[in-house]
Amino acid sequence: MLHTYSLAELSQGLEKGDFTSVALTQHYLERIKQHQEMLNCYISVCEESALAQAAAADTTRARGAATPLTGIPIAQKDLLCTAGVKTSCGSKMLDNFIAPYDAAVIERCNAAGMVMLGKTNMDEFAMGSSNENSFHGPVMNPWDIERVPGGSSGGSAAAVAARLTPCATGTDTGGSIRQPAALTGITGLKPTYGRISRYGLIAYASSLDQAGPMTQTAEDAALLLNILAGHDPRDSTCMSNPVPDYQATLNQSIKGLTIGIPEEYFTAELNSQIGDTLQVAIKELQKLGANIKPIRLPNTHLGVPVYYVIAPAEASSNLSRYDGVRYGYRCENPKDLLDLYKRTRAEGFGEEVKRRILIGTYVLSAGYYDAYYIKAQKIRRLIRNDFIEAFKEVDVILGPTSPTTAFKLGEKTTDPISMYLSDIYTINVNLAGLPGLSLPAGFVDGLPVGMQLIGKDFDEATLLKVAHQYQQVSHWHREIPNMFKGAK
Amino acid sequence: MEWEAVIGLEVHAQLATQTKIFSGAATAYGAAPNTQACAVDLGLPGVLPVLNAECVRMAIKFGLSTQSTIAPRSIFARKNYFYPDLPKGYQISQYEHPIVYNGYLDVLLEDDTLKRVGITRAHLEEDAGKSLHESFYNMTGLDFNRAGTALLEIVSEPDLRSAKEAVAYLKALHALVTCLNICDGNMQEGSFRCDANVSVRPKGESRLGTRTETKNVNSFRFVERAINYEIERQIQILESGGSIRQETRLFDSVKNETRPMRSKEEANDYRYFPDPDLLPVMIQQEQIDQVRETMPELPWEKQQRFQQSYGLSRYDANVLTSSQALSDYYEITLQHAGGDAKLVANWVMGDVSAFLNKHGLSIEECPVTALQLAKLLQRILDNTISGKIAKTLFEAMWAGEGDVDTLIEKKGLKQVTDNQAILAIIQQVIQESPQQLADYQAGKERLFGYFVGQVMQKTQGKANPQQVNDLLKKALSK
Repeated sequence: MLHTYSLAELSQGLEKGDFTSVALTQHYLERIKQHQEMLNCYISVCEESALAQAAAADTTRARGAATPLTGIPIAQKDLLCTAGVKTSCGSKMLDNFIAPYDAAVIERCNAAGMVMLGKTNMDEFAMGSSNENSFHGPVMNPWDIERVPGGSSGGSAAAVAARLTPCATGTDTGGSIRQPAALTGITGLKPTYGRISRYGLIAYASSLDQAGPMTQTAEDAALLLNILAGHDPRDSTCMSNPVPDYQATLNQSIKGLTIGIPEEYFTAELNSQIGDTLQVAIKELQKLGANIKPIRLPNTHLGVPVYYVIAPAEASSNLSRYDGVRYGYRCENPKDLLDLYKRTRAEGFGEEVKRRILIGTYVLSAGYYDAYYIKAQKIRRLIRNDFIEAFKEVDVILGPTSPTTAFKLGEKTTDPISMYLSDIYTINVNLAGLPGLSLPAGFVDGLPVGMQLIGKDFDEATLLKVAHQYQQVSHWHREIPNMFKGAK
Repeated sequence: MEWEAVIGLEVHAQLATQTKIFSGAATAYGAAPNTQACAVDLGLPGVLPVLNAECVRMAIKFGLSTQSTIAPRSIFARKNYFYPDLPKGYQISQYEHPIVYNGYLDVLLEDDTLKRVGITRAHLEEDAGKSLHESFYNMTGLDFNRAGTALLEIVSEPDLRSAKEAVAYLKALHALVTCLNICDGNMQEGSFRCDANVSVRPKGESRLGTRTETKNVNSFRFVERAINYEIERQIQILESGGSIRQETRLFDSVKNETRPMRSKEEANDYRYFPDPDLLPVMIQQEQIDQVRETMPELPWEKQQRFQQSYGLSRYDANVLTSSQALSDYYEITLQHAGGDAKLVANWVMGDVSAFLNKHGLSIEECPVTALQLAKLLQRILDNTISGKIAKTLFEAMWAGEGDVDTLIEKKGLKQVTDNQAILAIIQQVIQESPQQLADYQAGKERLFGYFVGQVMQKTQGKANPQQVNDLLKKALSK
């Protein structure tokens, strides 16, 4: 059953000639046909171009020019621009938008010979934690289709969890890779800010956005990060730090590694069963030789309010370009310019996007800028300093990814604040620019629990190593929801 | 009451870069609409700006030439507002932390005094596209070729006190940026645009009056007219007991007046904040030193050299160094004409300038090249022709009738310097004017001019004037 293979296994199978990329791609396209209607995790499925890419990959491999990921299918989040394929960003505003160019992430996947199965569903403009804010409708969680998969990369998470793709990309501004990864039982990595080019990634909050891999295993994430990471002169914030071979260090022992457990991450806000589940996982890591050390991150509670100043501020400006003038949605029969702007934006954006544009416009306004935006930037620095201090004593920080397991569709849609609090453990990592990884650590009432590892700047290798070592002694990442285990 | 005007100028100098400030698209003027706008310039989703390092180098050049502070760290900010020709819904500019600040420019005024005008700041920013309201019935055309073109916005202190001073400053700034080769200075194409902040106050008052900002005045002449109009308008309002509204006004060059565009109450809240897509611009001393090595001779340095080496007055030297092209024209002419700096200056500032003005041409477009002018002046200096004949010849050369020597030959304009020939004509004139001769000899010395005129007429101006004078004096005193 090809869909149970990890990337590493698929890579070996292709190399040995056990199956072709065309067969593999057909297998996944079949599964998508079978399950897409129930899960709604894809916005576009690219059957024809995927099969063409697969055939080309097989030729490349026959020529002996294959890379480890040549011929392996991938699903791309619908906010990464793809030449010739619609990039809607989950919005009515861009539902007719076909980019004339590929995002850097797409270019790199293409260069590696990967096969794009399609574009995945997401919260509109990546704003949301449940994938219920999509113009294309909500995505269902494969573990319980009455529940959300998390967001904003909910389509990618559900597609990987249901094995409708062997891997996917997500983007993470406040937890949008890690939280859905946690809620669907997969592995998701948000790299250090500046590790992967943002060129062609439709901006939500530019100082926080970062793309990353969403996979079954840490090893798969390492394989994908190997091709995605690296400098791009088209993104001024993309760093030129050397890119290590993330796969090469996975099998190193974690003996002697110090893992910090922040007191602030294990409080009453955390579902106690999740807390218990993580304690078991921590014991496993201890058995592997890691030292566990309690730490403090005293400004943790300020993260959500700071995020909801900075991210909307940037978003209010980033989303100004959607004005109905050059591309995207335009209202019918505008009577004048102001009417064109007002109705295009009123009709083209969903509720949550409009809420954040309003918040952002407010906090940047004359008279409020210092009190909100400047103050938020100062606290952002304090939050980062907390981590810097902690990393003087520990190598990795461990905590929950999300305070709850997957919640029911509609449960939080009327209460934005409770929705925002889904990201209390992930948001600070974006504010600090650090890498964070979520991996499956068990189940509570049949729903996956995510464990978050936070690393030093550009130290993805250590996160991947710890996660991989844990996955050598656990089986959570191998679990597939019953409905999606089948032969097809 | 006696009033005093207080004027500050904001100048947008389009930087002469090959590509745009944040994209690789070309910047050439006049291309077909939307053919020089890439994904970045159009503000497509997902694109990112990357700073063109050449712009930083040019800003440093400007900073060095105006004794400004060059910020070791400056920051790009977003200026947010909606307009159809602003693709991203914000303009990338610099706000709190400009790249250059706190400098000055010394400006020579008409009365030959020097005035120091403070440069508050100069910052880098991108230009917007163009809205074309004509020729699209009931619609507006948008051309994004200009979107993303690099601008250096140069803000002066409110140090100027009259429209004439403002123009003198603007001309000096124009001379500077073109000399630095950071701006082509073409005002018609909008490469060098000016907004004027004007207020008035009773003379002696130290507080500033309420100011208006007059936008986009795109010639030196219009700047002078717009400012004078604005000063008069404000004085009239104040004298009749009214008060000035702080507002943005537009100059109408046809009606010769300024009109309100938008008032402060309707003004946008631009919601400036640092652009998270761009890193702070860090400038090391080393880079400043490297740029310093490439600095050209600055207009005032050249002016001093012209005074010292060529013995020109400060005024003449200032005019001739007002643009690189003009000073080059002067120096090439001088070099090839062989001496007499003053003669060359008079020609360049006189006949050449007058013809250029009359035909609305710039010195670069002058149909008589510096080498051709030099040849003409040589012929004056070697006594082949008189200055007066030279003027006629210049007109012919302008019209493209041929080079100097051919024209002299063809028109038979060679100066008569043969004593015998001139004497023969003098004798003829004397014989034909017995009455004038008698009167002259009786003491009416004014009549000398009459005889000169007669001789010159008979030689069609070709006789050497000095020779005529000398020979005539001798002949009449006999």
